Amino acid sequence: MTALAPEHATMPVVGRISPHASRQDQIEHIAEAARQIRLQDLKLVHYAGAGHIGGDFSAIDVLATLYGAVLNVTPDNVDDPERDRFILSKGHIAGAFYTTLAAFGFLPVAELATFLKPLSRLNGHPNRNKVSGVEANTGPLGHGLPIAVGHAISAKLDVSPRRTYVLTGDGELQEGSNWEAMMAASQYELDRLTVIVDRNRLQQGATVRETNDLDPLDKKAAAFGFAVVEVNGHDHGELLDVLSAVPFRPGKPTFVIAHTHKGHPISYMSNNVAWHHKVPSEDQLHLALEELDRLQVQQKQDEVAKADPMNSNGGHSA
Amino acid sequence: MTTTTSSIVDQPRFDCRNAYVETLADLAAADHRIVGVVNDSVGSSKLDAFKKSFPDRLINVGIAEQDMVGVAAGLANGGRIPFVSAASCFLTARALEQIKADVAYSNRNVKLCGMSPGVAYGELGPTHQSIEDIAWLRAIDNMIIVVPADPVETAAAMRWAAASEGPAFIRVSRMSVPQIYPDDYEFVPGRSITVRDGDDVTIISNGTILWRALAAAEQLAAEGISTRVISMPTVKPLDTEAVVKAARETAGIVTAEESTKAGGLGGAVAETVVAEHPTRVTILGFDAFQTTGSAGFLIDRAGMSPEGIADAARALIK
Repeated sequence: MTALAPEHATMPVVGRISPHASRQDQIEHIAEAARQIRLQDLKLVHYAGAGHIGGDFSAIDVLATLYGAVLNVTPDNVDDPERDRFILSKGHIAGAFYTTLAAFGFLPVAELATFLKPLSRLNGHPNRNKVSGVEANTGPLGHGLPIAVGHAISAKLDVSPRRTYVLTGDGELQEGSNWEAMMAASQYELDRLTVIVDRNRLQQGATVRETNDLDPLDKKAAAFGFAVVEVNGHDHGELLDVLSAVPFRPGKPTFVIAHTHKGHPISYMSNNVAWHHKVPSEDQLHLALEELDRLQVQQKQDEVAKADPMNSNGGHSA
Repeated sequence: MTTTTSSIVDQPRFDCRNAYVETLADLAAADHRIVGVVNDSVGSSKLDAFKKSFPDRLINVGIAEQDMVGVAAGLANGGRIPFVSAASCFLTARALEQIKADVAYSNRNVKLCGMSPGVAYGELGPTHQSIEDIAWLRAIDNMIIVVPADPVETAAAMRWAAASEGPAFIRVSRMSVPQIYPDDYEFVPGRSITVRDGDDVTIISNGTILWRALAAAEQLAAEGISTRVISMPTVKPLDTEAVVKAARETAGIVTAEESTKAGGLGGAVAETVVAEHPTRVTILGFDAFQTTGSAGFLIDRAGMSPEGIADAARALIK
């Protein structure tokens, strides 16, 4: 197999869309960003020969929505104390995260070719001291949510409108630290904190249900004092509307259960536990790239059809 | 450095927690960024007055140490300077991965204050005794470890911690100790202080054991043995220059500390001596789960009464 090389890292930089763009334009922008990130991430994992493609692909639509149209974070204000914070708790999807950061200009696209290579700053889990845009050095599971709660408390102390988002896996919620943090989030009424759960229902070797079931997750989160919202985690319009609605319910932190599929939307990967950290072969890579191209046409049609013309400028709070 | 000629043993004794809370309140009054973070440990950390003065700035996450340290890292992300104040046994053991990943590896400006460390909770048994904390934290990169010997040094270490950027661990004892340092003492990380000069043998100590080392030196002086007593408040980074000098200039080194023999100050001194100037080193400390008894009883029993330390020094000269 060819090793990861500069010619495999050629994704265009899409950047963040203007907060004044119409809802439909924002959705189309997010869709294009997500498509580019998936195309690039496939090559990254294939040529690097390692990565977590399943979890990457279940979360890319959330990442593209946040960086494409929700977070007030760009390379220009990445050190501004008043920026929004996004904390990636599922640090093992570093491949998708680095690709996302490159797509939005935080990281040179060409540097993606160093992913997992000796001495690269792009190791298997993100390091904030080396990569701009990373807020916390995650990797061990159950760390992001407490950090997010701490940041949200700091924003509240500052009487600042800055928002805090954290993306966790669903299997990851088996870590007790998350529930400690959720109790504190509720106690402190952190209504500018949004927890997003990548609910792909699969963990490393089995389904979440077979392993240590989380259901009823909605009721658990509600019992811990959260406003709970369930969305299709691959629907950019639904994600955009919910993630822009901060606070979702005054006085309560928000818990977004984003229903996703590991490996989405690649036919042979989607919802298949084998693709937690499997590496696509040459044939599988090309098949996946072709599928993404075909789906692009379909997705655009779907989103145009779903767009609500009554709400073309709504749903965004910058 | 005490100006009186009477024995250190007869000096009045102070609880370092009082210096801790007074200094924290002074620092908080001068700098709005400073906050306390606790795991229900308001009373045991003597923070009731702080809570009254700064009700919003004492973040109590409840009995949840992992969340406590993660929240502190998040507060630091938001520009605050958190002083985490919790029983050292729970802070360092329960939240060790958060200390490693969220604080040290992420390089967050979090001050970890280990209350009642060592065998302070003697009668409560090995679950509450915290003789391992220094060894655990010494193994973590990017962590400054400070073990103050008296109230003056406790306050000075906190002023330094508040003014400097980056992770630190400070032990705060509840055991009463005499004042060893002058009121205008300034703490410098990585700098030892020769609190008594001598050229026959050296005792290197810190924390609650330092006054016992001085008392041992008094006993040895009565026999005509000249003892150098080096106070080593910073276990990491170690003042290796002072250690090597002592190894060269005296017959041997006794280390004495309220910690496990493995991996503590004694281990750090031994590593330096072996590499730089091999000489005899006797490490005094704890090497097993401790039995029931007061802190003073357990320290004496481990050979760290003034007589015990003096015996260890005599044995090196023979």
